[in-house]
Amino acid sequence: MQRYIVIRLFQAAIALVGVSVIVFTLARISGNPLDALAPVDATPEDLDRLKALWGFDQPLHQQYFVFLGNALTLDFGDSIKFQGQSAAALILDSLPASLQLAGFALFVSALMAVPIGVVSAVKKGTLIDIAGKFVALLGQSLPPFWLGIVLIWIFSVNLGWLPVSGRGGFTHIILPGVALGWFSVAAFMRLTRSAMLNVLDSEYVKFARIKGAPEWKVIWKHALKNAAIPPLTLFGIIAGIMVTGVVTLETVFAWPGIGQLSLAAVLSRDYAVVQALVMMISAMFIAINLVVDILYAYIDPRVRYGGGRG
Amino acid sequence: MAATTANPALDRAPTAGALRRVWTLLRRYPVVPVGVLLIVLVIPAVFAEVAAPHDPIDGDLRARLLPPAWTDGGEWSHPLGTDRLGRDILSRMIHGARTAALVSLAALAVGGTIGSLLGLLAGYFGGWWDHVIMRLVDINLSLPLILLALVLVVLFEPGTATTVAVVALLLWSRYARQVRAEALTLKEMDFVARARVAGASNLRIIFRHIFPNVVNTIIVLATLQVGNVILLEASLSFLGAGIPPPNPAWGVMIAEGRDYITTSWWLSVIPGLAIMLTVLSMNLFGDWLRDRLDPKLRQL
Repeated sequence: MQRYIVIRLFQAAIALVGVSVIVFTLARISGNPLDALAPVDATPEDLDRLKALWGFDQPLHQQYFVFLGNALTLDFGDSIKFQGQSAAALILDSLPASLQLAGFALFVSALMAVPIGVVSAVKKGTLIDIAGKFVALLGQSLPPFWLGIVLIWIFSVNLGWLPVSGRGGFTHIILPGVALGWFSVAAFMRLTRSAMLNVLDSEYVKFARIKGAPEWKVIWKHALKNAAIPPLTLFGIIAGIMVTGVVTLETVFAWPGIGQLSLAAVLSRDYAVVQALVMMISAMFIAINLVVDILYAYIDPRVRYGGGRG
Repeated sequence: MAATTANPALDRAPTAGALRRVWTLLRRYPVVPVGVLLIVLVIPAVFAEVAAPHDPIDGDLRARLLPPAWTDGGEWSHPLGTDRLGRDILSRMIHGARTAALVSLAALAVGGTIGSLLGLLAGYFGGWWDHVIMRLVDINLSLPLILLALVLVVLFEPGTATTVAVVALLLWSRYARQVRAEALTLKEMDFVARARVAGASNLRIIFRHIFPNVVNTIIVLATLQVGNVILLEASLSFLGAGIPPPNPAWGVMIAEGRDYITTSWWLSVIPGLAIMLTVLSMNLFGDWLRDRLDPKLRQL
């Protein structure tokens, strides 16, 4: 187990370094950073002084190590678009809004996927199963941003039940949450289904039946409790899917999170913020996957010797 | 009773039974998905010039924001209505199908080739090849790809080629992983050992003996991914980082119609429906193909 954790930690560190190299390279091939940072009317002497000040006269690998050192302390420089704010602070400010949206979407997703997955494991081929699977498949085929627009059209414009956009009370989060959550229902449902099928086959479920526990209790209490472990491992993958959805949906719903910040930063070529975003989100992904893998190895010893999943 | 009906289960729940039979039939032969795909994606994409009644880019400013023909104020010369520049929605949809088909085919070809090749190398040679390539996969999977895509599109000229490159960059790691896993088991098989004894070179073993055994996997993966690729291209175009306007792309059309959703719903709703139908049918078709060609991929 320790060996596995050490190897996984090492791999995570390599991935993080790789990401930093890519981020650094992208910022450099995007043109001379001086052009973006220096004032328009700067003289050649000013440029030389700025170059020395920001370290652009150093060799590339030294610039990279300076960048890496700063990144470790979350120092990515100041934003160009939002004057006077550091890139890291901007991201930390808008992160809670995105986490709230993604968290609610995950909740919506589980709320739809778990019953569908359980029903399709227990009552395969019934009308409820077919209808449930169709709902899940449909969600996977709808572009979340389009679903968001259509939901606004139906529930805000025509029915007037829910607010059009912005972040506020609970009513504000329903539409973007559903639009984002529905998309991952299918993936969630499949995993719940196969986990349920595994568990239903096990000895203790048979024992619960022999004991005389009512069937609904066997399924929804005894079996589901243990079937809940494998879907947790999907968390890393879903986190990846969610970021794409978050960027488009925050644009549609004017939700003040990192999605909106990303688009604004990219379009205004605010490289400090973009670099910080890519680095921080990647670090989050790597950390999530590391934790998930270690938990998984802890639960399922076979993983430790196989050298990883998949 | 037993004499009149052969199957007692059918007698108990006649509607559910009939529906189930239709369902199994539809699952066994993907008639509906393939039909929908032909109508929404393939035929328009191939015959765009002939099929489109109007030019997709030049609009008629006297006929702006016409609703679809079946609603009040619509005209049959513009069956699906027109947008704010008087461009025919149907024609833009048809040319948009071509964009979607081209981008996804090209991106899958590029990403699939690179990914499969790397997967073969990593699986067959193992050792350093495997370490380096698998770490690259790790890095690829841990980057927020949508952000990277946005950055790349801003850095390079936005357009079809850039979009294809960006989407391919997001795709290759899936192939690398899957093909590597299969190459790992295949290279231990007897026929590979025999080929080696017979004096076949590594390259020959990889391409003549191992590659044909992973082709099915690659095809199934590609089919299952077409839907996602179309969604991705639409997302990028919607954000203004994919196919640049005024070119006809479904994602661009949704974005352009967004501000008119209160008054002219058809601008956004119709292209979205096309994406939904395409992706849904493609996923159903992919499921069917996977069960046919490569059932061991069922967990994908």
